[in-house]
Amino acid sequence: MTSTTEPTETLSVEQLSATTLLRFATAGSVDDGKSTLVGRLLHDSKSVLVDQLEAVERASASRGQDAPDLALLTDGLRAEREQGITIDVAYRYFATPRRRFILADTPGHVQYTRNMVTGASTAELTVILVDARNGVVEQTRRHAAIAALLRVPHVVLAVNKMDLVGYEENVFGAIAEEFTAYATELGVPEVTAIPISALNGDNVVEPSAHMDWYGGPTVLEHLETVPVSHDLAHCHARLPVQYVIRPQTAEHPDYRGYAGQIAAGTFRVGEQITVLPSGRSTKISGIDLLGEPVDVAWTTQSVTLLLEDDIDISRGDLIVPSKDAPPTTQDIEATVCHVADQPLTVGHRVLLKHGTRTVKAIVKDIPSRLTLDDLSLHPHPGQLVANDIGRVKVRTAEPLPVDSYSDSRRTGSFILIDPSDGTTLTAGMVGESFASPEPVRDEAEDDGWDF
Amino acid sequence: MTTVATIDEGTDTPYALSHLDALESEAVHIFREVAGEFERPVILFSGGKDSIVMLHLALKAFAPATVPFSLLHVDTGHNFPEVIDYRDRTVDKHGLRLHVASVQDYIDRGVLRERPDGTRNPLQTLPLTEKIQSERFDAVFGGGRRDEEKARAKERVFSLRDEFSQWDPRRQRPELWNLYNGRHAPGEHVRVFPLSNWTELDVWQYIAREGIELPEIYFAHEREVFQRNGMWLTAGEWGGPKEGETVEKRQVRYRTVGDMSCTGAVDSDAETLEQVIAEIAASRLTERGATRADDKLSEAAMEDRKREGYF
Repeated sequence: MTSTTEPTETLSVEQLSATTLLRFATAGSVDDGKSTLVGRLLHDSKSVLVDQLEAVERASASRGQDAPDLALLTDGLRAEREQGITIDVAYRYFATPRRRFILADTPGHVQYTRNMVTGASTAELTVILVDARNGVVEQTRRHAAIAALLRVPHVVLAVNKMDLVGYEENVFGAIAEEFTAYATELGVPEVTAIPISALNGDNVVEPSAHMDWYGGPTVLEHLETVPVSHDLAHCHARLPVQYVIRPQTAEHPDYRGYAGQIAAGTFRVGEQITVLPSGRSTKISGIDLLGEPVDVAWTTQSVTLLLEDDIDISRGDLIVPSKDAPPTTQDIEATVCHVADQPLTVGHRVLLKHGTRTVKAIVKDIPSRLTLDDLSLHPHPGQLVANDIGRVKVRTAEPLPVDSYSDSRRTGSFILIDPSDGTTLTAGMVGESFASPEPVRDEAEDDGWDF
Repeated sequence: MTTVATIDEGTDTPYALSHLDALESEAVHIFREVAGEFERPVILFSGGKDSIVMLHLALKAFAPATVPFSLLHVDTGHNFPEVIDYRDRTVDKHGLRLHVASVQDYIDRGVLRERPDGTRNPLQTLPLTEKIQSERFDAVFGGGRRDEEKARAKERVFSLRDEFSQWDPRRQRPELWNLYNGRHAPGEHVRVFPLSNWTELDVWQYIAREGIELPEIYFAHEREVFQRNGMWLTAGEWGGPKEGETVEKRQVRYRTVGDMSCTGAVDSDAETLEQVIAEIAASRLTERGATRADDKLSEAAMEDRKREGYF
């Protein structure tokens, strides 16, 4: 038996410890080369190990394929390998000396829009692939629209297969310009366009020798350097209370802490806070960061707040700065993506989970359904089916403190749950969306609405 | 009062958490969600590094109160004595309650039959699922990580299991933002994986950072081993060596802890945490590829076992 280690170019322990984490998602149509790009990122960052490659080689050979099929690295389920397609989000991990990455690898098929929504909901960045020969197509616009809806802070347009268009600068330039104009109109704050050949490795990890005219970063360089935290000075501080910690021991007879993960902003000892929905106020007397006292804590730290007054607080409450409290409401209007196979209809009785609170709710109205192809609105569709994106009005049984999703991805989002079988029905984003100012066209035709 | 939060000096964004802080915070959030929403949660605890890290995170999540969960160990009957010793010491130290589901009991009662290849890993599923049913556990924490195996890469953080504990990968609930859906019918339960987003290296770095004690078998030591199916197995009463297999003394350590019949040791000189981390960072083999025989049974071995209720 040989040793499991051999000398390779690797990271030192110090390098491995001082890194930040970037969550990103990929989106691309079936033949845009997404698997190749993912495979190359994993392979060139040495995240594919010998036994995994051997397994892929074995499986490829047993299927009669000449070369190892890198898609087998990422297609983990029997059904996926049988059909040769990706049917579900998979999460992958790789690291460089600068950063660690969690990649939500989402399927490109139109009918899996919900999976791109799932992947994008936790992503700080989305890589949208296009084939340089085809340019911006309908599917590209859908992906851009979803990234905009989900408010993914950074969007990368990877123009792939540059080798098949002679590495021509003007081909890339035209696609980048068209996409950037479209994405900007949707409200995407930042687009970085990169010309690549995933197959040959141009501008993925190594700069391309074929495209002197391109002076920007490679895909990996950009992933390594894009900022991962928000400008907290302009964030509303929010702490959904998850659990009340009461040891009731001789050592801690009076300890009463409100545990939760800070959803947005910062909290400081001495700060005046208000508890919603009750509206009672007090001051923060202490903050415990997993057992250690701190003066200040910020998103996304899991903390325990200690308060000066013993007021009634339980799981589901939201702690906010008194000077910056959101309104509470029982009528929520939101853009939603329907993620379940059973449809969502007007009058549907559901559960709504927002932060740590789950309340009864009823679907009062479905004013419109969005057609991602051209961003037009189909009025009063009556129901939403799997992968539909639409506007929904929901009435909740209890008042909820909700933010606009454009202000806070965490306290502006919710899910709807079917109370009979627990199915997650719908992903919701509170408030105006980029598509809402458009007037609703009443005489819309049904042809071509489905995507 | 002191500030202990790590502010990453390497970036120009002072509020970015280091990757370990981000993973720790996420795992703690998951523990607290379960504590808030379930009646009878339990932590699967094998005495292996992933379950040890899970317990450490649970202790931090509820400090200064105690962990509001009990522990469950599926004892294959072929465990490493050092690991059982560690398990019992840990349970005592934290004043926890330990449930044990015993594969040996099932074999003695004639309910399960020993496999011809001697591996007991697949036999764990029945004692585990019956224990979950009889104790009416509604949330079962597992230390599974998505980087371990490609079927696990598809696993949700909250994974609903039916009344037969089965996993159906095609009917998983989408998981959006950090809004975990724990709804389940009576008889069903939810498997919860707080370490989903951790890699093997993250686990080791975290153990080093937090100074967590581990069973000695994770560090290089001299041990009597013999070779079977390309792996170094520990000789012992569980069924090795057989005829034609010869025992020799080697300097080895374990990367994973499981049943002695299918968990292989690796040649290693790594005696300290730092040396272990350097070794893993340089390894060209995955954790399971290096040390687990049961995953090599077929291309979909893990998926098939998970469908039946394996963790």
